[in-house]
Amino acid sequence: MLIGLSAAIFALGLLGVIVRRNVLVMLMCMELMLNGVNLSLVTFAQQTATAAGAVLVFLVFVVATAEIAIAIPIVLLLVKRKNVLDLDAYTDLKG
Amino acid sequence: MIDTLLLWLFAGTALVAAAAMLVLRHPMRVALALAATMLALAGVYALLGVHAIAIFQVLIYVGAVMVFMVYAIMLLDVRDRSFTRRFSWLLVPGVVVAVAFLAVLAHGVWQVLPEPAASTAGARFGIQTFSLEFLNEYWLHFELVSVLLVAAVVAALAVLEVGRRDRG
Repeated sequence: MLIGLSAAIFALGLLGVIVRRNVLVMLMCMELMLNGVNLSLVTFAQQTATAAGAVLVFLVFVVATAEIAIAIPIVLLLVKRKNVLDLDAYTDLKG
Repeated sequence: MIDTLLLWLFAGTALVAAAAMLVLRHPMRVALALAATMLALAGVYALLGVHAIAIFQVLIYVGAVMVFMVYAIMLLDVRDRSFTRRFSWLLVPGVVVAVAFLAVLAHGVWQVLPEPAASTAGARFGIQTFSLEFLNEYWLHFELVSVLLVAAVVAALAVLEVGRRDRG
């Protein structure tokens, strides 16, 4: 049941990253994907009675924190340039 | 009995709040829905007996990451009205991809799962087991994580420095 829940949360996060337009909402959906992975890791750690999954969850916490710490300044810079949070406004960034 | 009931309650809350993230319009409401998901997941972790991770979930995710996110929303949102249009043109392909992904994942996991249902009566390891295992077996990862954090701090400073140079 919990593995299914973690898969559903991961899929919802993926869907959010694809379909939403707001940059901050997309960042939050990425956090949701990480949370789904964390839930599966904790469930496996609890089922197999090993601490490896819990340690991995701890490392994922740190990676998520670092990701946010870098992503928010980048979003701040982007918004300073065009004053808009809509990702469609930044299509000129490609290439 | 009460444990199973609470587990279902927290799992349902997490799923509903995660689904609400997709349909809510304003970024602040999305942030609150994400915080609700994280708190419900912390409840699930605590019910599974992994209390250390539940505490870290509340302290690091809800306490630090989400507060940072809310500050960013408060800083940026006043100038921007683009949230009134929720979805990009990728809505239909996105739904198709997510459903296909979920189907493939469910099919793959279903075949290799050792037992079908997770119960709350499994192993309970406290903070002592966790810490001993962490610093005995995974000390290298711990050190690498500290290097990663230093790199993240330097990168954030560099990004801000680029912005300052652009302004003149």
